[in-house]
Amino acid sequence: MSQTSHGVGGVSYDAKRRTWPAEFNVFLALVILVIVFELIGRIFLGDSFLFNTRDNVAGIFNEARLQIIILQVSIVGIIAIGVTQVIICGGIDLSSGSIVGATAMIAMSFAQVATVNGNPNPKAMFLAQGWTDLPVIVPVLVAIACGMLAGLINGSLIAYTRIPPFIATLGMMITARGIAKWWSKGQPISFPTDSFAAISTGSRPVIIFLALAVLFQLILTYTRYGKHCYAIGSNEDAARMSGIKIPNHKILVYTIAGILASLAAVVLCSKNLTAQSGMGVMYELDAIAMAVIGGVSLSGGRGSIIGTVIGALIFGVIISGFTFLRLDAYYQEMVKGVIIVGAVVLDQWRQRMRALRA
Amino acid sequence: MSDIVLKTENLTKRYGGVHALEGANFELRKGEHVAIMGDNGAGKSTFVRQITAVEQRTSGQIWFDGKEVNFAGPIEARTAGIETVFQNLALADDLDVPSNLFLGREKVLFNLGPFSILDRKYMRKATEAALVRTAVKIPNLSNTIRHMSGGQRQCVAIARTATFASKLIIMDEPTAALGVQETAQVENIIRTLKANGEPLILISHNMRQVFDLCDRIVVFRRGRIVANLRKESTDGNDIVSYITGAKTGEAELAA
Repeated sequence: MSQTSHGVGGVSYDAKRRTWPAEFNVFLALVILVIVFELIGRIFLGDSFLFNTRDNVAGIFNEARLQIIILQVSIVGIIAIGVTQVIICGGIDLSSGSIVGATAMIAMSFAQVATVNGNPNPKAMFLAQGWTDLPVIVPVLVAIACGMLAGLINGSLIAYTRIPPFIATLGMMITARGIAKWWSKGQPISFPTDSFAAISTGSRPVIIFLALAVLFQLILTYTRYGKHCYAIGSNEDAARMSGIKIPNHKILVYTIAGILASLAAVVLCSKNLTAQSGMGVMYELDAIAMAVIGGVSLSGGRGSIIGTVIGALIFGVIISGFTFLRLDAYYQEMVKGVIIVGAVVLDQWRQRMRALRA
Repeated sequence: MSDIVLKTENLTKRYGGVHALEGANFELRKGEHVAIMGDNGAGKSTFVRQITAVEQRTSGQIWFDGKEVNFAGPIEARTAGIETVFQNLALADDLDVPSNLFLGREKVLFNLGPFSILDRKYMRKATEAALVRTAVKIPNLSNTIRHMSGGQRQCVAIARTATFASKLIIMDEPTAALGVQETAQVENIIRTLKANGEPLILISHNMRQVFDLCDRIVVFRRGRIVANLRKESTDGNDIVSYITGAKTGEAELAA
């Protein structure tokens, strides 16, 4: 090292060291997947996966299929937005599916109509109290309160008792499922008010999903909260020494995840017009899978909401692609499993290659 | 008293029955670079941990910047102007350089609690200024720490101390894990700090480095300060005999 460098500092931009964002690879995977389905469709079925081949419908793309792809992942996608933040922060949340179940039951019972076809609503739990035909804001706020409470408990347990997030949220997963079953003694709750049912009409779940995704992508990139998520996930000791209040941050992250799970519950039961205690089973794992496929590192510190959204789309393309190829749902699950493992293996391999180059 | 940056009197730390640090009397003057040497377990790191309040001392007093201080934790010590480059770096691997420099004290555009919007432009500018001040070279500010060499990481950790108006910098074996070239790079930065008149406490095992960079050498042995020597009035053999215990008793500064 020459002495001339003494006293001269700053940034020497080295274009060779520039790396493209990790999301780009995920997007590439999505494109390849679509092309594969398109080719298989063209060759074996004589039909197009992506493009419109019917004369009676206008447009270049098969819009019905595109809508289905996004629609069916938007509800789990809302959960995945919260799960992504938890994983970036170095944690894991197994409770979101059960929070969906419990929240759906509780919120739905505050969204009941008083009469069905002139008769008193047989499903309304609070008919005697007159808590029916409530404005739509009531069930939504009840849902948010439920998700918030569950998230607060998750976060507090992890921050103050220092138990692993896996165990804390596993406990919440089982407990919340119990609450979902206990709430109406296992009975489904139906007959929501029109205004509640209107939440999920048409493509509104997609709009809600994408709006939340944009919001939290901005929060993760531009706010102190986001910066601290990545900092804690990549080096918790460093974050502590830098003065970040780690317990507060963790509680906030899990609370946000809980609230997002409860919003998914609102969209789900409003779309289905009913709430059942079994709602949201396995959603937590689907959400984790979307995040992982989208490039979120399970060891924390890496990933983005954009990645998770693309991961969710990959999920949607696989499901609708298999339907398009008229393959059984069994194969879907088998392939889903393979893709999740494959995504993690690929990501780790890519990280190693990068580390070697650096 | 006015030109003394840091002064400790009878600083003592016991872990149960273990006397890790016994009655350490230490002074650091403005612009002075002092090396702390000693064998493993001699009390060097313990001494630093009491000053930076990572641990709470058993007894003794600390004066910093003319006032007696009782920091409750490392954050308070840092706010007061004591910056530490830790042995284990304390950088977040997945964040870029500005984010690491401002970790835990981000500059915000307006305050919305945890959702305060970051002033990224300011932090980038301040980072570049800090890099220039400490003569640290980084290929690309947006690169994450993960993709940097050990030397670059150490440089970022040092640049971090210069981002804020620090009054004292403490480095705990900053070149222990570095190669020859990287060590030279870090040593150049330390020389820049010296030229800028910033006081420094350097913990190091490297005799050449200590004689190269520091004005004074303080030797710890078994929790006690056994030597306090000006660089000009001592040599390597002398220091080694204090470190190993061949020479004993507190050697006062040659007048």
